[in-house]
Formats: sequence, C-alpha cells, structure tokens
Amino acid sequence: MIPQDWIWGLIGGLMIGGAAGFYLLMNGRILGASGILGGLVDASGRDSMVERLAFLFGAMAVPPLLVPLYDRVETHITGNPLVIIAAGLLVGVGTRLANGCTSGHGVCGMSRLAPRGILSTLLYLLGGAVTVWLFRHVLGVI
Amino acid sequence: MRWLRTVATPHEIAGFLAGAVFGSGLLVSGMIDTTKVQGWLDFFGEWDPTLAFVMGGAVLPMFFVWRIAERRGRSVLGDPIPARSAPVFDRPFIAGSLMFGAGWGLAGLCPGPALASFAIGGWGGALFFLAMISGMVVAPALRRLFESRRPIS
Repeated sequence: MIPQDWIWGLIGGLMIGGAAGFYLLMNGRILGASGILGGLVDASGRDSMVERLAFLFGAMAVPPLLVPLYDRVETHITGNPLVIIAAGLLVGVGTRLANGCTSGHGVCGMSRLAPRGILSTLLYLLGGAVTVWLFRHVLGVI
Repeated sequence: MRWLRTVATPHEIAGFLAGAVFGSGLLVSGMIDTTKVQGWLDFFGEWDPTLAFVMGGAVLPMFFVWRIAERRGRSVLGDPIPARSAPVFDRPFIAGSLMFGAGWGLAGLCPGPALASFAIGGWGGALFFLAMISGMVVAPALRRLFESRRPIS
C-alpha cells in the first residue's frame, strides 16, 4: 500500500456513501449496484427501468471523464479468460441469490445495522479470503 | 432548469447523479484496481487495508442518512423509505453470499467497480461484465432450484 492510498480510499468511500445517501433521501431507494443492474437483467425492476438505466449511465460514463485528472487508473485485471468468466458468473449468480453485494449489503445494509447486511458481508469476505488464499497461495493461479 | 424536466424525470436525474458520484468514488478510492481488492482479501500475504478506509468512509455518512430517512418516512421526491427486510438467512442467501465472495476474490471485481471501470477495463473487464450479466440471467432459475428443497430452519 502506498502511504497516501488510505486518504484516497477514505475520500472515495465518502463519495460512495454520499451517493448512497443522496439516492436514499431523494429516490427512497437503496443504492445496490447488483440490485439496480440485476433488476434490469431479469426484468424484476421493469417499473423503474429508466431510473435504473440513468444510474447505470452515470456510473459507467462519468468515471472515465476523471481519468485524465487521476494518475492511478489501471484495473490490473487478470489475463486468464477462464478465471474472469468463472469470477463473473459467481458474482452475477451470487449477488442475485444473496440480494446484494458490497454496496447494497456492505454499505447500505451495515450502516443500517441490518442483520442480513452484516451477515452477508461477513460471508462474502470469508468466501473472498478463502478463494484468494486457495488460488494464490496454494494453487498459484491468481 | 425547466428544459431538463422535459427530457428526464427528477427520479432519473437523481439516479444519474447518484450513479455518477458512486462510480467516481469507486475510481478515486482505488477500488477499480483488482490488485488492491485482492490485496485486501489476502490475509495470508501482503495485506492491503485500503478497502477498510473505503468501507468506513462509505458507511459513516450512510449511518446518519438512515436515521434521517427513517424519521422522515418518505424521500424528498415522495417515495416510501424501504422497510427493513425480515432477517431471513436461507440457503440462497448464504450460498449466494459465499459465491459472490469467491468471484470477488478470483477477479478482484464486484458489481460497482465492474460498472465504473467498464470503459477503461479492456477486454478483461468486458468479459467479466458479460459473465456477470449471464450469471444474473440464470440466477432466478437457480433460486427456484434452491427453494424447491427444504429450508435449513
């Protein structure tokens, strides 16, 4: 970790929390990336389709505009397509079965002291830590 | 600002702004960097605590916003504040949380950063996004499969 990383982490975190708070206070909705996207994919959110699309457009189109102002914008994603496909499938299925991800359960659920938010966060941290340990330190794949 | 009302509803404008700040926060925080996310999950290697600051920074304002929102009962635009969901910990919830964590650890991406880094993530980011969408397509069928079995409790 570069020493100032935590400051950027904190600033970015406050922006994420601020956005979630704004969305809740304005629209009465929980800001969950997997829920907003998943509701479009399986049509369960068809009543709020345009609002969801507007959110996704903001989240996908605006961050690239900041790239020139910011020097560390490389995703460093693995070059192994099998790992990427397996990871994407697990994230897609898992977040929909659990009804939330890092934003919905993590940010919005934990801050409400919601039991489901807290337990889901503990479980996905456990799943992630075991996976990194297994695939990095035992199998050496990632 | 009247012209804006003719192209989008207040809900859509607020949704766009929330998405824009959310995605920008993910970029600024470093959470679109998969090595930092995997570093946070790597408790047996060179552990990177950045994500704790990101999560702390995000939870802090939301803690107070929840209190305000629940006291108001309605959003500024008149919507009900979502009710607390019943604390149900069924098989899909537990298995789904663990599966999500496994995928998060494998590639270092969760849904938010996958959106925010889509434009700069190259073919790897696009492939992850496509696989994630595919997973979301099959999830309802998998849920029915889970629910056709006896619940844990």
